[in-house]
Amino acid sequence: MTTRTAVDPEPATGNAPPPEDTAPRRGRRPAARRTWRQALRRDWQLYSLAVLPLAFFLVFRYLPMIGNVIAFRRFEPGGSILGEQWVGLRYVRMFLTDPTFWQVFTNTLWLGALTLLFCFPVPIVLALLFNEVRTRALKRFVQSVSYLPHFLSIVIVAGITTQMLAADGPVNQALESLGQAPVAFLQEPGWFRTVFVGSEIWQTAGWGTILYLAALTTIDEDLYEAARIDGAGRWRQIWHVTLPGIRPTMITLLILNIGTFMAVGFEKVLLLYNPLTYPTADVISTYLYRTGVESNSFSYAAAIGLFEAVIGLVLIASANLLSRRTVGTSLW
Amino acid sequence: MVTPRRTDNRGDRRPGHGPGARLSPRPGARPVRGTVRRPLHRPGRGYRVFQGINALVLTGVVVLTLYPFLNILARSFSAEARIRAGEVNLWPRGFNLTTYEIVFRDETFWRNYGNTVLYTVVATAVAMLLTTCYAYVLSKKDLAGRGFLIGVAVFTMFFSGGLIPHYVLVTSLGMKNTLWAMVIPNAISVFNLLVMKAFFESLPAELEEAGQIDGLSTYGTLLRIVLPLSKAVVATMVLFYSVSFWNSWFSAFLYFDRADLMPVTVYLRNLIVGATGGTGAGASTDQLTQVAANIQSVTIVLTALPVLCVYPFVQRYFVSGVMLGAVKG
Repeated sequence: MTTRTAVDPEPATGNAPPPEDTAPRRGRRPAARRTWRQALRRDWQLYSLAVLPLAFFLVFRYLPMIGNVIAFRRFEPGGSILGEQWVGLRYVRMFLTDPTFWQVFTNTLWLGALTLLFCFPVPIVLALLFNEVRTRALKRFVQSVSYLPHFLSIVIVAGITTQMLAADGPVNQALESLGQAPVAFLQEPGWFRTVFVGSEIWQTAGWGTILYLAALTTIDEDLYEAARIDGAGRWRQIWHVTLPGIRPTMITLLILNIGTFMAVGFEKVLLLYNPLTYPTADVISTYLYRTGVESNSFSYAAAIGLFEAVIGLVLIASANLLSRRTVGTSLW
Repeated sequence: MVTPRRTDNRGDRRPGHGPGARLSPRPGARPVRGTVRRPLHRPGRGYRVFQGINALVLTGVVVLTLYPFLNILARSFSAEARIRAGEVNLWPRGFNLTTYEIVFRDETFWRNYGNTVLYTVVATAVAMLLTTCYAYVLSKKDLAGRGFLIGVAVFTMFFSGGLIPHYVLVTSLGMKNTLWAMVIPNAISVFNLLVMKAFFESLPAELEEAGQIDGLSTYGTLLRIVLPLSKAVVATMVLFYSVSFWNSWFSAFLYFDRADLMPVTVYLRNLIVGATGGTGAGASTDQLTQVAANIQSVTIVLTALPVLCVYPFVQRYFVSGVMLGAVKG
């Protein structure tokens, strides 16, 4: 019985129900009894549908992961994508002694921290406010409007940001009417973080409420009833019923946000920054883009990218662990 | 007689949720006999104050969100001098279409706009093909190796090779400056894949079994039975993909060197960064420098227009898609 072959799958099945190939897909014997050959024989058409997508994942998702070895190998444009020869930690040492790297590293931490601090809570507050609107049509209108920026290209968001902050833009008009001097928001390093976070909130806050609103609808109405009977006022209801009800969502999103901490707003920074604002605006991802793609130092940039990814991984893993230990919610 | 109003609002009759949801009974609702309205069920003064503040805040949110759009729209129709003077707010000042004419006369703009349409159509088609096939395979719960196939996809949601290895790969495959650089590297969005898989899983298995008993192959089942039943999710996925491809700019920016290959988003990006001024054919350079900012507004309007036009109709699909993805993924 142990020597089964592809041409003869029947004897191997022992006392199992009807012949495999003619049976409908569902309702056959447990998966554990099947062999790979049998599965292939029966489901080859299904597997054939998976070939192209699998090839896509292997080539365009997994190969680049392996491609990170060029961080430790000398790479020549036009040569092998996996590099030419091992050079050990040369590129790592290079960026660790690069003052620009530490500058962009600090900027990344700043921008990431500010984004997390401001862009994470806003959707929660907004969702709670939406939830209090009693008129359905009104609620839907407000939601639709606030989702809108999410659907626009980030280039358009950047364009709108530059227009709003231009010398003749509404913000400077308002400043002028208050008797203030106009500010060149996009040229001054001191303003970049504010501009970035503001634009980020404008773009993401509305859409960010969706998952919270979904979580809010799952809260059992009886809990509010019970809280009211216990004499809880509106704030205590929010504090003791609503917030605990959406806590799993909050924590999940917080962990995910922490995971993207290091990659903060790469495209938006790339669109909004300029050499004048590099001192505060240049982040790891934009720096590695410039060194890698623009200056062709692929190995060096790959080493920085790997470093960024490792930090991101450590951050998300520790956030996950912390949350599992303290509040019992985790991604995995 | 069933009033049409009823059927329109079917989803809307649910009681609201959250604190205060049961506070105001529907107008005309009679109190059920035997229940006493407790005082703590009546909205207090504090609550009404809160509702007032809430209305104010949300009005602020709406205004803050819409104002930039309206301002850009007003600018695009305004005279340059009035913009410079900071007079344009919500309404065009010195209404004219000169800037639109300049942009419309720019060949690069049209070519890039055409490119965007082309890339969006081709990329969406390829993405739909791959995503549908894979989602269908993954939806077969008793398929041997299904866990592995799902894992292959889901793992990439959390780990990515990073910018440089991707760039090196796409370049070494000779895809630079070809359509394929826009299409292939982002052909499957795992999020969309999971939404679609969840939908396929929710279809009754009996229909497919019936098809198979009638002699349909797996391909036939997918084409003749599953897809016709999945029009809603297919439409949603087409929207998801086409909006994201329409909006994308970075792939083109990364992999294309030539201006005539760029999508319109990169055209706009170049205006913003000021790398190139608008190269309006037929307009004098003097006129050009004068209207540079205005060209930005016009290009923003024209780029956002298709998305803004479909937005009101498709928004709910996006919302339900995200919900589905969040629950299942």
